[in-house]
Amino acid sequence: MARVFFSSGLRRQVGGAESLELEANDVRELLAALDAKFPGFAAQIGEANAIAIDGEIIPHGEALFERLRPESEIHFLPKIGGG
Amino acid sequence: MSGNDGRTPSDKKWKYIGTRPIRHDGLDKVTGRAQFGADYALPGMLWGKVLRSPHAHARIRKIDVTAALALDGVKAVITGRDFPNVASEAAEGGEGAGDMADLAMNVIARDKALYHGHAVAAVAATTARIAEEACKRIAVDYEVLKPVLSLDEALAKDAPILHENARATGHEPLPKGPSNVASRREMGRGDVAKGFADADVVVEREFRTPMVHQGYIEPHAVLARTGQDGRAVVWCCTQGAFQVRAYSAKVLGVSTDMIKVIPTEIGGGFGGKTTIYGEPLAILLSRKAGRPVKLVMSREEVFRASGPTSGTHVRVKLGATRDGKLTAGEAVLVYEAGAFKGSPVTAAMMTVFAPYKLANVRIEGWDVVVNKPKVTAYRAPGAPMAALAVETVLDELAEQLGLDPIDLRLENAVHEGVQATYGPKYRAIGFVETLRAAKSHPHYKAPLGPNQGRGVACGFWFNAGMSSSANVSINEDGSAVVVTGNPDIGGSRASMALMAAEELGIPVESVRPVVADTEAIGYTDVTGGSRVTFATGMAVIEAARDVVRQLRARAAQIWSVELDAVGWEDGRAVLLAEEKNGHEPLSLAQLAAKAANTGGPIVGRAALTARGAGPGFATHLCDVEVDRETGAVKVLRYTAVQDAGKAIHPSYVEGQYQGGVAQGIGWALNEEYIFDKSGVMENAGFLDYRMPVASDLPMIDTVIVEVPNPMHPHGVRGVGETPIVPPLAAVTNAVQRAARVKLAELPISPPRLLEAIDRSA
Repeated sequence: MARVFFSSGLRRQVGGAESLELEANDVRELLAALDAKFPGFAAQIGEANAIAIDGEIIPHGEALFERLRPESEIHFLPKIGGG
Repeated sequence: MSGNDGRTPSDKKWKYIGTRPIRHDGLDKVTGRAQFGADYALPGMLWGKVLRSPHAHARIRKIDVTAALALDGVKAVITGRDFPNVASEAAEGGEGAGDMADLAMNVIARDKALYHGHAVAAVAATTARIAEEACKRIAVDYEVLKPVLSLDEALAKDAPILHENARATGHEPLPKGPSNVASRREMGRGDVAKGFADADVVVEREFRTPMVHQGYIEPHAVLARTGQDGRAVVWCCTQGAFQVRAYSAKVLGVSTDMIKVIPTEIGGGFGGKTTIYGEPLAILLSRKAGRPVKLVMSREEVFRASGPTSGTHVRVKLGATRDGKLTAGEAVLVYEAGAFKGSPVTAAMMTVFAPYKLANVRIEGWDVVVNKPKVTAYRAPGAPMAALAVETVLDELAEQLGLDPIDLRLENAVHEGVQATYGPKYRAIGFVETLRAAKSHPHYKAPLGPNQGRGVACGFWFNAGMSSSANVSINEDGSAVVVTGNPDIGGSRASMALMAAEELGIPVESVRPVVADTEAIGYTDVTGGSRVTFATGMAVIEAARDVVRQLRARAAQIWSVELDAVGWEDGRAVLLAEEKNGHEPLSLAQLAAKAANTGGPIVGRAALTARGAGPGFATHLCDVEVDRETGAVKVLRYTAVQDAGKAIHPSYVEGQYQGGVAQGIGWALNEEYIFDKSGVMENAGFLDYRMPVASDLPMIDTVIVEVPNPMHPHGVRGVGETPIVPPLAAVTNAVQRAARVKLAELPISPPRLLEAIDRSA
């Protein structure tokens, strides 16, 4: 199962968990699984965030169809933004 | 998507990459033939001029353009009312995230002017002088409001509010109701309180840095021609022609196919030309007037209405054990966004502790609006100010612990497999190698004289991938043309040609690199994020490999063998079988000559979203001498050590290192926006905004460390941004050691340093 890590700013949305293991084949399924467990999570993540999959930082909008491996590590990050 | 899929670039022997050919565009540039933004002209062209707000914060009650339109020679006048309302959505594709509605209102004000210099109207006339006179005749009725000119003013309880309807977003606790806080975010892990309790030494300090400009030499310039069908052709100096097209289309409410953007040569950008300013204005003026319109910013306009990067207030706390192991880190980063939300504070949050192993960390970032120009990307946006704080605190820790500053950093340096403070684990990186190279460099052992000091500082930047396209076509004589969509700021044409030459096996002089317009190449993201040599280079390599596959197929056809029986060696197709049957190798030129008889022209293509950008790390050494009578600081010696993965053209890698250092020294010692009480910038010119010139700087020595990025076919990692991250701290640490003072604010101008010396006496 893929392991998802939550930085301190996001932990309020997931009951204080630092990480969770979830079944998901891609990021879309992962967000759906998180949203089912913690309603509103996917909307909260939204465009303001990026997703790091096994060290690769990908803007949220580009990441939805990224495949996940059973041993994948996923981190939600603030989008690298601003000028 | 594309990456390297497990190939090992470090094992390869290179023939062309790593050499230093003369850049293909060099001769035209040094002989004045190259055409930059302001060099273009068309028959019947009009001159555009922008009327800018004389107030830093004012409500626009009414704009009357009647008198301007009545002036002989005036062909068009536009205001914010001529533009459609633009919905809030992410402005993608640039170097940083922005909001389209904000971008549109920054191009031209609607109900409110939010900084001195904010565009409120624009004119097109037969001469520049008439356009200027027409601007004077536009009557704007302002309700002048109190400006917000600093972070402290913006966050004060009774602060005037820039955007009454906006609400802070992010992580609680957030201000309730209207405020100047655009967002507040937190990140971290571990137990910070326990980490500090476990420390033998804790150092906590605060720093302030002023708003500074990228300082590109070429002002923004655009020429727009709109046809009878409404389609516009735009020539402009930009880091991203596709972004100018996309953003201008949104601001004007038209589809992207209605705008063609032709990027001109560009005289610097450093992130500041990844957005739009005059482009939609010129297009709309051209549409209204029915003639081409040229709009060129003056230097003063560049300072007042384009660019800068954030003024900041940063607090950093670090704890360490007696033997120098970091136990906890805490940072609060407050960044000015300018007039609209979107400072680079999130990048600062992720970079602030990125070079170091820290199990317990807490980081807080605030994005705050003020009545100053909207900030734009500037080389490693947000990171230099964060590094200033961390690297000076580390220096103080080293002093208190009696440790060598490089040894302290080596003790805590991240390496492959370590979890970054911002989340994921690092792949192959070269930070430790830069520290070791700096420690063994003769500079580090050189003796220092009286009033001299040596500073050490390190820096990190992510580097980007994003989307790129490339075409490689073979000419009839076997030479090649490489077409990409990235304006060449730092020598990327030469790098693209070198990578193509390496794959094709022909001399780099036989490869002609071309920067195409938005209708001549597939979509390509900006020249920014240190991505071009990495990502567009990856597209060029794939396109060249496509060419090689086609060339092998042509040879297979000529020899009546299967494709797999043909290899490609040193620019020639060779039969792999031991029995050659008289088939001598066929050179690229021979195959090109037979192209018409074997299937037609040979063109390779690639379009990809590059994955696997390798982070960049640097270690810098700086020696200064302080004049204790005048407060003047002289930089005596500077060495920049950085991991490039693989330097495709070492001269341009060294140039990036040196350029970043020069800008960083200016930021540390001299540069700052100075505003009067009403929010008018008082030093909007290079005489008063003091950037370093050649005579201010020593020769900046460079060391290229090469820890190949395994995710790139040639091992490349971006190099353009990391070099500006350490210098603020390297200079500050050197001055602190030379003058035996503690500094808390940039720039370290003579009066500020004298004050610190007096305080310490």
